[in-house]
Amino acid sequence: MSKQILIIGGGLAGTIVANGLCRQLGQELSNGSVTLTMLSATDKHMYQPGLLYVPFGKIRESELFRDQRKVLDRRVAFSVDPATHICVNSKRITTQSGKTLSYDYLVIATGSRIRPDLVPGMSDGAHWFYDLDGARKMRDALNVFQGGKVVVNVNAPHKCPVAPIEVTLMLREFLASKGVLEKSEITYTYPIGRLHSLEPLANWAVPEFQRLGIKAELFFNTKQVNPADKTITSEEDVTLPYDLLITIPPHTGQQVVMDSKLGDAGWVATNKQTLLRDGSDDVFVVGDTTNIPISKAGSTAHFEADTSVDNLASLIKEKRWSRVYDGKVFCFMETGMTTGTYVWFNYNTPPNPGPPSQAIHWLKLGYNRLYWLSARGLL
Amino acid sequence: MTERVTIDARGAFCPGPLMELIAALKTRKIGDEVEVWSSDKGSAVDIPEWCKKVKHECLGVNEQPGYWSVLVRKAK
Repeated sequence: MSKQILIIGGGLAGTIVANGLCRQLGQELSNGSVTLTMLSATDKHMYQPGLLYVPFGKIRESELFRDQRKVLDRRVAFSVDPATHICVNSKRITTQSGKTLSYDYLVIATGSRIRPDLVPGMSDGAHWFYDLDGARKMRDALNVFQGGKVVVNVNAPHKCPVAPIEVTLMLREFLASKGVLEKSEITYTYPIGRLHSLEPLANWAVPEFQRLGIKAELFFNTKQVNPADKTITSEEDVTLPYDLLITIPPHTGQQVVMDSKLGDAGWVATNKQTLLRDGSDDVFVVGDTTNIPISKAGSTAHFEADTSVDNLASLIKEKRWSRVYDGKVFCFMETGMTTGTYVWFNYNTPPNPGPPSQAIHWLKLGYNRLYWLSARGLL
Repeated sequence: MTERVTIDARGAFCPGPLMELIAALKTRKIGDEVEVWSSDKGSAVDIPEWCKKVKHECLGVNEQPGYWSVLVRKAK
């Protein structure tokens, strides 16, 4: 009887797991003792960090996408037929088309989604770049913007933790190059009492924001947006006027996780070292889907996926555990249009970002292309 | 019926204990309690300060071996 591995979700985490397992279980896949199936909501794979560049016209949309079938190893049975219900007791998945699939090992990699609808007025009053449609609209808004009050509003939880600072710094340079910075005022809002949850990054950003004339409103947890008045109000009862509102919307996990009652707000309760779902020994959770208190970022997904590949392969080949996830996260961060830095940390090592440089910026641009090697499990 | 959940944010550098608390409170109902475990002693100050600003109730801060436990009740 073959072992059936089922991966639900075709983003970075699910794709790395699929391709990594094909490399490590090549013999088992060839002789039929293991089968590998992936269910996804789309036949396209999107390089999500590239969305940051869309509003500023710095990337072509076609560079963001590849056919998922071509990114995946040919030995993966791939279907565009997303899971609609997960039953971990009966070890069965129901799909959108009505099929029922069983598994021996399940990998939940369904990811996160933006939820501007959770804040009254946000969908109508704000721009964002966390999906292609939003990024296009933000690009259009920036193209016609002639100066005024810009609010960059950050909500929790959200993925890509450094993106709020990146977009703020890039926006300032964009407005300067467009010749409207003198007529503009940028205010950055953040939910807690410093500029970023990563303390070293927050400490770095304070003098940088002061030097660049970027204002900050801290302890700002968005209550509502009023598109008619063009104001945004916080739970702390602060109201800011805006001419252009750019938001990092709050996120939740996917509906299938909620409907299957696998976790609050769509985040699956997950052991932070084994990456097993709490209460299961055959359900792995990778990427944004976990409730682990760690950055929801592509690199997190990548390192978690690598760990899960090693463990799944060891369990199948040798009935033993391989290793635990150490909490590693690595993020590039653009600090403008021509400079960048990076930050890395794990459960035991605090972050310590280096000084921005042009070299790191070019490395980040290079990674925008190398990403496809990551997804194929080669990097 | 109110519930209590615990967030083990020890070793969480990003997004950090307070951001985890903010996210968790969004999923709870009024009266529910969220206990945050943090290995960052700054949480013992930051979380009560945030609760005061947003008008949630901080029910206590307790130092445990190697971490701080902060208990918050959702009040609005």
